[in-house]
Amino acid sequence: MTEKLVIIGNGMAPGRMLEHLLEKAPGRYQVTIFNAEPRVNYDRIMLSPVLSGEKAYEEIIIHGDGWYIKHGITLYKGHKIVAIDRQAKTVTSDHGVTEPYDKLVIATGSVPFIIPVPGHDLPGVLTYRDLDDVRAMMLAAQSRAKAVVIGGGLLGLEAAAGLNSQGMDVTVLHVMPTLMERQLDPAAGYLLQRAVEQRGIKVITKANTQAITGNGKVERVELADGTVIPATLVVMAVGIRPNAVLAKEAGIAVNRGIVVDAGMRSNDPDIYAIGECAEVNGQVYGLVAPLYEMARVAASQLAGNEAAAFVHMDTPTKLKVTGIDLFSLGDFAEGEDRQEIVLRDAAAGVYKRLVLKDDRIIGTVLYGETTDGAWFNDLKKKQTDISEMRDTLIFGQSYQGGAPLDPMAAVAALPDDAEICGCNGVCKGKITGAITAKGLTSLDDVRAHTKASASCGSCTGLVEKLMVLTIGDKYNPAAVQPMCSCTSLGHDEVRRLIKAKGLKTIPAVMQELEWKTSCGCAKCRPALNYYLVCDWPDEYADDYQSRFINERVHANIQKDGTYSVVPRMWGGVTNAAELRAIADVVDKFDIPMVKVTGGQRIDMLGIRKEDLPAVWADLGQAGFVSGHAYAKGLRTVKTCVGSDWCRFGTQDSTGLGIRIEKFMWGSWTPAKVKMAVSGCPRNCAEATCKDVGVICVDSGYEIHFAGAAGLDIKGTEVLGLVKTEDEALEHIVALTQMYREQGRYLERIYKWAKRIGIAEIKRQIMDDGEKRKAYFDRFVFSQKFAQVDPWSERASGKDKHEFRPMASVGFAQAAE
Amino acid sequence: MNWVSIGSLSDIPRRGARCVATPEGKIAVFRTADDQVFAIDDHCPHKGGPLSQGIVHGTAVTCPLHNWVISLETGKALGADEGAVRTIAVRIDGERLFIALEALASRAA
Repeated sequence: MTEKLVIIGNGMAPGRMLEHLLEKAPGRYQVTIFNAEPRVNYDRIMLSPVLSGEKAYEEIIIHGDGWYIKHGITLYKGHKIVAIDRQAKTVTSDHGVTEPYDKLVIATGSVPFIIPVPGHDLPGVLTYRDLDDVRAMMLAAQSRAKAVVIGGGLLGLEAAAGLNSQGMDVTVLHVMPTLMERQLDPAAGYLLQRAVEQRGIKVITKANTQAITGNGKVERVELADGTVIPATLVVMAVGIRPNAVLAKEAGIAVNRGIVVDAGMRSNDPDIYAIGECAEVNGQVYGLVAPLYEMARVAASQLAGNEAAAFVHMDTPTKLKVTGIDLFSLGDFAEGEDRQEIVLRDAAAGVYKRLVLKDDRIIGTVLYGETTDGAWFNDLKKKQTDISEMRDTLIFGQSYQGGAPLDPMAAVAALPDDAEICGCNGVCKGKITGAITAKGLTSLDDVRAHTKASASCGSCTGLVEKLMVLTIGDKYNPAAVQPMCSCTSLGHDEVRRLIKAKGLKTIPAVMQELEWKTSCGCAKCRPALNYYLVCDWPDEYADDYQSRFINERVHANIQKDGTYSVVPRMWGGVTNAAELRAIADVVDKFDIPMVKVTGGQRIDMLGIRKEDLPAVWADLGQAGFVSGHAYAKGLRTVKTCVGSDWCRFGTQDSTGLGIRIEKFMWGSWTPAKVKMAVSGCPRNCAEATCKDVGVICVDSGYEIHFAGAAGLDIKGTEVLGLVKTEDEALEHIVALTQMYREQGRYLERIYKWAKRIGIAEIKRQIMDDGEKRKAYFDRFVFSQKFAQVDPWSERASGKDKHEFRPMASVGFAQAAE
Repeated sequence: MNWVSIGSLSDIPRRGARCVATPEGKIAVFRTADDQVFAIDDHCPHKGGPLSQGIVHGTAVTCPLHNWVISLETGKALGADEGAVRTIAVRIDGERLFIALEALASRAA
């Protein structure tokens, strides 16, 4: 008969325990989980990248809803257990659900420590614990106001970096003289403080918070020395304590945490505790590796293996802030019986310190250059006698035995039992073994089978190197499809790093992101050029040599090497003078074909390249500017005649189309953007298969997007209904800017929308007024540099070399 | 060898190309990022695309019509594609550029 297993809490430890249990004893238990948070199980370690905007919540989910269904697990979301009845063997939730158990696992985690200063309960004081905290911080960050983070430890610094990248003015208050003093010695703490300050985050050490004050909400933080710091957001990140209240009320033995034996069992033999709420051998833990070890032990116990036991482990600490490399392990206090080896490279910002006792490593601090962390960890764990290599030890593994300084060789030299993934305790042999035995070829496969690099991700590089070593070329790093063969990075990663590292030229991107070719290729260069134009509109100098020929000469190349030219006709409206000018140009330059396009424009085909500037000069005389029919940018806004003429028209669709086009012309986008405005739901402008479309109705303007009528056919999605033309314009512009900032080069809006999710786009554009305004403002700013008519520039002589041969030779000889 | 002057290095943008008109058609003269200069027929072996209009990367150019990648050094298509275009000798004398005209005559003959 199946036993009933009830789990209180749905964090990372119980999630992992269930995975083990399903493997070891499938079908033995009927499992019910109560999660006080209203969601599934996600990777809490990755909250910092969510806060900084580098990852989305969806990317950090460990078990989606489908997982629970597949394994027949009942998950109560948003149910907090309020009582355990050990006599009746039941638990009861705050929503009144009572569930019997045969075995109970308590995994209530920890609660953030709140310093009980006056004002700690004011609105605007947050902790940093779960997704709700992160969402609250992101919301607060939109005001672009001042934030104070109390606590200069791991969590506090990650929160500060995240808020900083969200645009807030951040001050970190730390009560000790140096940052992260529990993991770093003062020298590394100093380097860290400098790096943090270089990002524009203020750091005040020896700061003793006395009060948080304000009128009904946070307005300032006051220190004991009289300093007053204005702030609208205060994040307390001073530490955590085990959440053992429930267990205590049920009469289970509790000290700092719930007291359990090495088998994770409490003093009630049917009740286990794992995770941050558990205390084993007098220790409580907060890093994920020992918590996962608890999960493994508890699963083995529940599966009937009573010998499974938890053994204390030291876990390296790493800071997850892009651009700061930091590694700390073990004990690094000075002492009579200890020696230390220190390497400093001030120019490179590198500091390394090894603490030795009896010729064995007992502690390591690495700052700036951390690749040898795994090796030092291995030496420490195995208590290796290092006296033989003492002189060169600090230079790292690749320096030993005269081996070349090649990161690949360093990984190859690691022994099979060297730990690669600290979070999940996965060693090299397990990874290479799984790759060979299961024929794994992608990083995702390896994550799925071994868990290596599946939590904080900082060992991803090592795992990738192991894959290359094990299967060579068969390794397919394209779980993320690389941009092209010049790099192993995908578009999103490149876009993120351009922003994070402040890269502002193509050579800088290639240098910093370690491009494999000297100057890229025809795939990556136009993409990088676009990303840089989009991200740094005022600073980046457009690289024409990295643009496809059409965008370089502002016309469309045809199969015979001639070009076609499409002047802009705003909203598809023209007049006699314009048509006459076009007719004259066609006659003068003997243009072989004139055609009306699908976007309500006139296309002149078969123009010789040499004639282009003269053609543009004549068209310019008549008032025409470039129609950008060649651009990855705004092409056309197609309109119907709307309320001006049509007996069904509800709004001035022609006017709105012209207004949108005049506002948005010249902007570059990841792929072409075609729009349309229809004056009534009869939709004569065919707005419902466009990248962005508007259907006018009596009550306003229905905005559509993500349609397609090319390689794919797809009707649009409705973004929402707005009342006025001004609002319609603001929403469309904001949507386009969001796409500009997130789209991958050559990815049309409908593909981008599918990737990001329609709901998320609606949330940001329709529901979040501040975000919409910010997108709108960034678009307007970038237009200042984009709205220059390229035709008139070239008609007046710009880029002359593009349109003329550099020489004519051999004609005399040929005539002879 | 009959070297004919076609202009100077600075006439061509880095990672770019210019054309030289001849009675037998255009010659594309390329300048790489590191100032090497190459000349090949401006006529992709695939469908005759104007190679001078392509994106120049390393010592190769990608044809603007269908993305064939042609080596500027050998004139041969790189990757899976097969085909070649004629290369023409280039001499750089200080800033001045010359191409070998006999090669042109031999083609005309």
